Parts: sequence; structure tokens; C-alpha cells
Amino acid sequence: MTSVLTDGVTTGRSNDRPAVSLSGVSKVFGRGAAAVHALDNVSLDVAPGEFVCLVGASGCGKSTLLSLVADLDEPTVGTITVDGGARPGLMFQEPALFPWLTVGGNVGLPMRLRRVPKAERGERVNELLRTVHLEEFAKRRPHQLSGGMRQRVAMARTLALDTPVLLMDEPFGALDAMTRDILHDEIERIWQERNLTVLFVTHNVREAARLGDRIVLLSSRPGRVVTDWKVDVPRPRRIDSPEIAAVAAEVTDRLRQEVRRHGR
Amino acid sequence: MAADTARAVGGIAADPERTISGLDALDLGGRNRGESRLQRFWAATWPKLLALAIFIGIWQAVYWSGWREPWLLPSPAEVFANLGHAALTGSLWHAIGTTLWRGLVGFAAAAAIGLVLGIAVARIRPLRAALGSAITALQTMPSIAWFPLAILLFQLSEQAILFVIILGAAPSIANGVISGVDYVPPLLLRAGRNFGARGLNLYRYVVAPASLPAIVSGLKQGWAFAWRSLLAGELLVVIAKRPALGVRLAFAREQTDSAGLIATMIVIFAIGLLADYIFSTLDNRLRRAWGLK
Repeated sequence: MTSVLTDGVTTGRSNDRPAVSLSGVSKVFGRGAAAVHALDNVSLDVAPGEFVCLVGASGCGKSTLLSLVADLDEPTVGTITVDGGARPGLMFQEPALFPWLTVGGNVGLPMRLRRVPKAERGERVNELLRTVHLEEFAKRRPHQLSGGMRQRVAMARTLALDTPVLLMDEPFGALDAMTRDILHDEIERIWQERNLTVLFVTHNVREAARLGDRIVLLSSRPGRVVTDWKVDVPRPRRIDSPEIAAVAAEVTDRLRQEVRRHGR
Repeated sequence: MAADTARAVGGIAADPERTISGLDALDLGGRNRGESRLQRFWAATWPKLLALAIFIGIWQAVYWSGWREPWLLPSPAEVFANLGHAALTGSLWHAIGTTLWRGLVGFAAAAAIGLVLGIAVARIRPLRAALGSAITALQTMPSIAWFPLAILLFQLSEQAILFVIILGAAPSIANGVISGVDYVPPLLLRAGRNFGARGLNLYRYVVAPASLPAIVSGLKQGWAFAWRSLLAGELLVVIAKRPALGVRLAFAREQTDSAGLIATMIVIFAIGLLADYIFSTLDNRLRRAWGLK
């Protein structure tokens, strides 16, 4: 089901320029004795159109890594390049919708900030809401929707950035299992239709196996790339299939080994 | 692994779109309140009417008990008759006009100063260290304590009243802005920055709207301080030939016109209710739109 990529860089399309490339990235918070090494010498290439899942226990710097790629923070050492200088879209565990805007207003905001003309913006908002099956909710307020619906609005809003690279920080972590399964299908469909490159952080190993072309395991404190698996299970996949369970078991074993290092 | 573009039967159901709309319908089910507008109006109104009736009843009882001479504490009927009579003459309306105008001008100036000050203190760290606690201290300072200085600086003039209104109201408004900016959820800031809102745009599209509820409550408090300062000012700073509510109070006391005095106080109270109604409506609308209520 899986194969370990020896150097963590090779992919099936190694001749393409990577969509996202991290090389020798370290991030230290604070100074001196109190300094926390969140990431230590992380190198990772994500090919265009690839769906890469980052897994790891608490404190492995997964979220820090996404912040760095999203250019919301600077690495202490190392370089990060996003192909074509695109600004990646970032999604969080919380939908982070703006309560003072309607659903349509939220989705339109990234375009408003890019000064997309109003008429075109309206059309794009409709199109994006159709993509997440929420076209009739454009005039609602975020609080009138369920958690799963809000997360779909957040997805549409991130797509409104028109970016080829999507960074997702445990986006389905706060949802119930049923909704999460459906959103797995949705994100997979959107990723395929729009040819996106996705860097997806999760602590849910099964979710990583369900979605990822690759699974990258990060160690904790400091965060380092431990293992990089290629997931060969053909799509469409089901999270409850034996193939996915087998991949998840392999990753979980390695993850537990990593966690035990921190025990007494 | 290359993406399979052909999408076969989904993992969850044969018709994923219907599964989603079904789930959405279940999630949103049963959220109607089922109360008519009239019912809600009545539910909000009858306790107020009852409270008013009880208050007037107690007043009448005290009047009947003979605790004070009738010319010191008149009956409710007498006061309302006085009020009705005053409403027919122009002087009461003139007084209301003058006082409200002063209040609005002072409040507008205080709002402008408070907003600018609040944003500056919230943004500039040394300024916050310098002025942060001073603003709160100013807020707790009784406005009447400013009047002696105001009268020395501006004599018995409109400016003296304006000066005290601004000093009374601006700190509350500034504090509202500061706490609004401070409590913008960091996640919304991160999201906004990710969408390309940086610098001034971040303030315009994220910080300003996110702090709106705190700003509105700061304005509400600011109005209360402005109104108090104003009435105190009108008692002290009597400007000749310009009727105002505070002046009416002072004159009524001098002439031992209790009915006129209480009638004027009722007017002041009613204006207070009106202002509260306006701010509460604004606040409620905001809260309802945001889903905080």
C-alpha cells in the first residue's frame, strides 16, 4: 500500500518544479534557555497537484510550518519558495468567518481586497458557493449555518484567493464524523477539479491516509521530517476500507514510536 | 499517485450532492422561534408599564400620607398637568432644543476625539504605556469636578459646557475603541492577512468591523457621561436668555416650583430613555446579525 520515499523529496513527477519547496527550514521561538525549537532543518518538496498530509503528535510544529509557508511568519533559518510567488490560501480548524459579513460577503472579501470589479465578483461568489453546494445561502449570516456548512464557506472563501496552493490546518478537526467524511469527498473533488496543490495538516492518521498522495511524519520538539510515505491506494477511497486502515496502521506505529521517545 | 479525474460512486452515498443537502437540512432544522412581532413587543412592554404604574402608585401613596407639604411634593396628577401645560408653551421645547443640541454637539466632538485617541493608543505602544491608565482614571473622574476650571478658562459660556462634556465622554469612547481593537480574535487577523489585507486594509476590513460592538458600547457609555456632564453644567453655567433644561431646574428650585421641577426631571429622564432605546436598538441589531443573541 505504501512505499517509503528515501530522501523525502522524490515524487512521481520529480522533473516538475515543486509547487512548494522548503529547504533547511528551522523556526525558533524566543531566545536563550527559554527558546523553543519548533522546526529543525525541515526540507520538503510538494509537486504541483500533489496532496500531501503532514502528521505528527502535539508540538511537532505542523501549524508553524503552515504559517511559514503562508508568509504569516518568517523562518529563523532556511528558505521557502512557492512556485510563481503565489500566495497560498490558508484554512484553519475554525472557519474564521467574519460575523459582520454575509456568507456571500465572506467569500467575496479576498476578491474585494484584490479589487475585482463588483459584477465579476458577484458571479465568482455564486460559482464558488455552487462548488461547495451552498448557493442558496449567500445572504445568510455565518452563525445561521452549521459547523460543516461554515467550514465549506471557509473553503469557498479560500478558493476565492485564486491560488493554486491550499494550506489546511486540521480543517475538519472540530466536525462530527459524518460531516467529516462528506467533506473528505468534497475536498478531494475540489482538489481534482481545480488542480490544486494541497498541504494538509492533521493529527488524524486515517484522515491522512484517506486523502494524501503522500504522508509526511514530523517528529516533536523539534519538528523534523521522520518518514515520508507514498500512498498507493487508488481513488476514490473510503476511510473505512481495509487498504486505508492498513496504511493508517503503519503510520500510527511509527508515530507511537516517535511519541515514546518523549516518555520517561 | 496521479489524481483520478473520473469520479465514480462516492465513498458515502450514491448521490453526494443530495447527501450534503440532506445533512444541511437536518443541521438547520428547528431553528425558528415562532413568535410574532406583536407578542415580542408585548413581552417587552408590559413589565415596563407595570413598573411605571407601581412607581406612580407609590408616589401617590407618599403624597396621601402627608410626609411633605403638598407644595414641596406635589401629586402625580399635578406634575403631569404641569408638564402638559409646559408642553403647550414654547419655552419647554426651546429648552429641550438647546440642551439636546449642546448634548449632540458635545457628544459628536467627544466621539471624534475618542475614536482618534482610541485608535492611536491601541496602535502605538509607548502611547498606550503613557495614556492607557490615564484614560481610565479620567473616565472615573466626576465631571462636576471639571467645572470650576472650565469656568475659569472659558467663563460662563457654551465652550465651558462643551469642554466638560468632551472630558466626560471622550475617555469612555476611547476605552471602547481600545478594548475593541484589543479583543479582535487573532484568528480573524490571521485570516484577513492571508487574504491580502495588510496595513491600513487590515484595519478597514477586519479590525474596524470586528471592534464595532465594543465601540458601540463605548459610545453608549460616552453618551451617558456626556448627558450627566451637560446637565451638571447647565445648573452651574447659566447663560442669560437661553432656556435650557438645567436652567429650568435651577429656576424651579429658586421659585419653589416643585411641580415644574419634577416635570423637567421627567423630561430629562424621558430623553435618557430615548437615548438608551436608540443605542440598545443599534446594539441589538449588531448582536443579532453577528449571532451573539
